[in-house]
Amino acid sequence: MKRFLTILAALSIAATAFAAGGVDGAVEKQALNINAIVMFLIFVLATLGITYWAAKKTKTAKDFYAAGGGITGRQNGLAIAGDYMSAASFLGISGLVYTSGFDGLIYSIGFLVGWPIILFLIAEPLRNLGKYTFADVASFRLRQRDIRTIAAAGTIVTVILYLIAQMVGAGKLIQLLFGLSYSTAVVLVGVLMILYVAFGGMLATTWIQIIKAVLLLSGATFIAFMVMMYFNFSFENMFSSAVEIHKSGVKIMEPGGLVSDPWNAISLGLALMFGTAGLPHILMRFFTVSDAKEARKSVFYATGLIGYFYVLTFIIGFGAITLLALHPEYFTHAVTQLTSGGLQTLVSDTNASAVLIGDKKALMGGDNMTAIHLAHAVGGDLFLGFISAVAFATILAVVSGLTLSGASAISHDLYASVIGKGKVDEATEMKASKIATLVLGILAILLGIAFEKQNVAFMVGLAFAIAASVNFPILLLSIYWSKLTTRGAFVGGTVGLVSAIVLVIMGPAVWKDALGNKEAFISLKNPAIISMTLTFVVTWIVSKMDTSARGAEDKAGFEAQYIRAQTGIGIDGASGH
Amino acid sequence: MKANIVEIVKNSPSYKELVSKRTSFGLKLAAIMLVTYYAFILVIAFDKKLLGISLGGVTTVGIPVGMGIIVFSFILTGIYTKRANTEFDELSEKVKEEVRKAGE
Repeated sequence: MKRFLTILAALSIAATAFAAGGVDGAVEKQALNINAIVMFLIFVLATLGITYWAAKKTKTAKDFYAAGGGITGRQNGLAIAGDYMSAASFLGISGLVYTSGFDGLIYSIGFLVGWPIILFLIAEPLRNLGKYTFADVASFRLRQRDIRTIAAAGTIVTVILYLIAQMVGAGKLIQLLFGLSYSTAVVLVGVLMILYVAFGGMLATTWIQIIKAVLLLSGATFIAFMVMMYFNFSFENMFSSAVEIHKSGVKIMEPGGLVSDPWNAISLGLALMFGTAGLPHILMRFFTVSDAKEARKSVFYATGLIGYFYVLTFIIGFGAITLLALHPEYFTHAVTQLTSGGLQTLVSDTNASAVLIGDKKALMGGDNMTAIHLAHAVGGDLFLGFISAVAFATILAVVSGLTLSGASAISHDLYASVIGKGKVDEATEMKASKIATLVLGILAILLGIAFEKQNVAFMVGLAFAIAASVNFPILLLSIYWSKLTTRGAFVGGTVGLVSAIVLVIMGPAVWKDALGNKEAFISLKNPAIISMTLTFVVTWIVSKMDTSARGAEDKAGFEAQYIRAQTGIGIDGASGH
Repeated sequence: MKANIVEIVKNSPSYKELVSKRTSFGLKLAAIMLVTYYAFILVIAFDKKLLGISLGGVTTVGIPVGMGIIVFSFILTGIYTKRANTEFDELSEKVKEEVRKAGE
């Protein structure tokens, strides 16, 4: 322990030094970044303090993976919201609303509707059956080796894709906000996340999520409030002004190009809705509460908070259309022009008919900077610093949750159960989880740097598709379908995993956009409609045809499992492990 | 879990009531959520102009519909949580009590 703390102290000094290096650069570029860096340093110091406190309290595997099971439903609801409200959804969705209007709302709704499904079908049985990872639940009555392998594969692939997207986003964002170099930013994020997870485990991760959720919701509430005040708390005022000065005019008030054809629309909808219910870092959060009742309360609070957050991003995006037009300094090459209705809009300094409001590229730093510029417009330098620090904190919290979940799949599912056949002692398993955290963290840093110049937009979509095509079907069927067998789940899950990856590579996001080929093999942007259906169908057929002795054992185990899933009876015993 | 506990629970009327009520309630709410969401998505896919109809001013039908789905999702989770916290938890306690008694 003592040795750990010495390393902790040494690394935190190193982390501070990184940030301090950024101050010098920032002063030359933009003086106001000091606010952001000071506020971020306060956040880092506070979270390292929490990590120190959590490290002292983290003694057992249950502490490490599940914060000792002592988080309340309300706290967990906040932490889940913290996990889910990434910088990508804060900056990305407000940017999408700013450029495309209504389309941003379609995305938000897709990200939200998975939550009720989690509550109605998954949350309570998950809590009643599992210990630390969703693989505990999926392998409850099935053969550990096979099911944990496929569940861990689904987890690790989802986590790594998500991590790369977050790391690349983090590097670029921090570059813009703090003036740090891309690689410094990625290393800083990676080092801090390793510290939080390896030393503070789930307890530290949970509290970092909670603090970040409160900060982000407060900041976004303030921006949205200032926007609404500007429009005298009238949505109609906000929309009519936006329509008049936006380059797409009245089109921003209806669905646009985001959802182009029915198949893509349905497929994306499936991936968003059921992918949410298969995200390993989200599912893992349900083991931090004491029982099924707290698990269900967590979803109730989380749904409310996430829904509220999406309403805020919608207001922020729409408000930005009008409010950013008052600030040509946030744009590249903009000059002010008045519309026929007398409102101020911005046009290109070379072409007076090219309206810049709503243009992805015209905004300094791109459309992802919408919320950041708006924060400056409504709250000045100090508030810009606050929001920048919150965006950084958001990234840190999300990558920590992801890393913890990936590390658990490696140490708890693969190392202790598959390789060690359940005979690994707790201390060794915890050591393995810390090593796994370190390895994942380093991998995330390296991949983050390697993918700097790559188009990573498809990665979160692919992560959701895999979660919907591997993790969710296996979990749902193992809980509810008595005739599911080990062989069925393993083959079905593998088919889902492989088909999701192959279809994304052959699709427009990778083959055309990322690899630069002219035409994609298939026009489906998100593979869920095919890959998820395949998983269910293959699992069903293989289970039905499975006449093995193991298959019979799998089916025989259902009744006792179902009773525990429904009532929690037997939860204190060691059954299933 | 011991085999006799499975037998006790399996034959408990409270358990049967709990499972049938919660399962049908959960599935119903899940179906409502799915239908609502897919109705929205399919309208966008097939007839997006429908959501672009004006509500008098600039505000279109799509805005209250979209916001409405967000609020509705939350309300659904509230409805489930309320019933589960009272009715389902009571039934579940009853089943546990029966198991405890049988174990004495």
